[in-house]
Amino acid sequence: MRNTFEEQLNNLHLRFSEMGMMASEAIMKSVKAYVNHDKALAKEVIENDRFINKREVDLEKKSFEMIALQQPVTSDLRMVVTVLKASSDLERMGDHAVSIAQETIRVKGKTRIPEIEKDIADMGDLSTGIVEDSLEAYLKEDSDMAREVADQDGDIHREGKQINDASIKAMQESVDNVLSGSSYMLVESYLERVSDYATNICEWVVYLNTGHVVELSQKHVTDDDNE
Amino acid sequence: MVEAEKVLTSSDVHLFYGKKEALKGVNLDFNKNEITALIGPSGCGKSTYLRCLNRMNDLIPDVTITGNIALNGKNIYAPNIDTVELRKQVGMVFQQPNPFPFSIYDNVVYGLRLAGIKDKATLDEAVETSLRNAAVWDTVKDKLNDSALSLSGGQQQRVCIARVLAVKPDIILLDEPTSALDPISSSQIENMLLTLKDKYTIIIVTHNMQQASRVSEKTAFFLNGELIEFNDTKNIFLNPREKQTEDYISGKFG
Repeated sequence: MRNTFEEQLNNLHLRFSEMGMMASEAIMKSVKAYVNHDKALAKEVIENDRFINKREVDLEKKSFEMIALQQPVTSDLRMVVTVLKASSDLERMGDHAVSIAQETIRVKGKTRIPEIEKDIADMGDLSTGIVEDSLEAYLKEDSDMAREVADQDGDIHREGKQINDASIKAMQESVDNVLSGSSYMLVESYLERVSDYATNICEWVVYLNTGHVVELSQKHVTDDDNE
Repeated sequence: MVEAEKVLTSSDVHLFYGKKEALKGVNLDFNKNEITALIGPSGCGKSTYLRCLNRMNDLIPDVTITGNIALNGKNIYAPNIDTVELRKQVGMVFQQPNPFPFSIYDNVVYGLRLAGIKDKATLDEAVETSLRNAAVWDTVKDKLNDSALSLSGGQQQRVCIARVLAVKPDIILLDEPTSALDPISSSQIENMLLTLKDKYTIIIVTHNMQQASRVSEKTAFFLNGELIEFNDTKNIFLNPREKQTEDYISGKFG
């Protein structure tokens, strides 16, 4: 078999794309498990996280090897760097999916608030969507698309704020709601982090495509600026 | 994992130019269908060692070689060894392209004619196959009767490689085959080597460490006539065991 640089690069790209699918599936399943109170699915997410972790280590090893042995430059180097950096973002997403799955197991059987869980399901859809879109932007090496995807981050934060406010309100109404309310707030923050990591991936897509390291996160914009 | 087949082995190889010891006990084995790079600063003995592998040093007066070098288990320094036959099995490509001053065709079939092959069809086929494998067929197919000297350096070097391939060697030794070539020709030769390793065992001496890292599976680092470190190329370039290897590869000396 010919083991040329192009083949190695293509392989790296494919394995990274696969990792993206693994991470987005983990998030989708973890939210599904959480809102359906499905402990078995939650366990599956927790157990499968090791495959995501292993893939990150594999991609890192391969990237180091390619940098040391092939000395890539220009767009080749940007591809290797993008995979190296974005794979750790995917790995962190997987960790957050595990945290959501652990919450499923922790709060199972306690008082639940269906309206808020509906919002969490919606926010889960939004987060999974932004992750998938960021990966699509990567596959297309489309920096315009990456910037548009990063802009969706605001919707996620609005959804998150709504869940937060509703949880606090429910907890103020009854102490019975404290355990689930605090869990909702945690899950909401995990999903916000997932979308932040998707934004990071969008930043790396812009770098891959243009060579410019950019900041697409809206985090530094305060709520007052938005209103 | 299956143990790779060792096609060429050497143990405790010492070489003296007169009284000067140029190789100080080298133990090194080569796996079939692998590319091994020999690296090290000038005068470290890597080319000297390479030339031991097909007895090219025999041509230099006052050279003494001790130790054992075996090809497929047979000692190549045994008295009954035919060096012409040996050099057919272990071909060599040099730093400067050295085509003979004949046509491209005659260059490629030179070794076959020496071996007494006259059949035109056989020779024609050998020329095409060898030039194709050397990745130069498309460039020269319409001018096989032109002098090989009319080609560019990179093309000449590939014709020389075709000349080696025509006699169907098991092992190809290359002594800095691209150091006289421009980067594009060099990378063409590198790509060609990668396609050849399915059929041949390749040992390449190179001053270009990036070339060693790009093409080889195994790398041997020589210093002052000694083999300092021999390992998978990725280990040598990512995490060498020896400080001297690390210093040389990082460009701290040499």
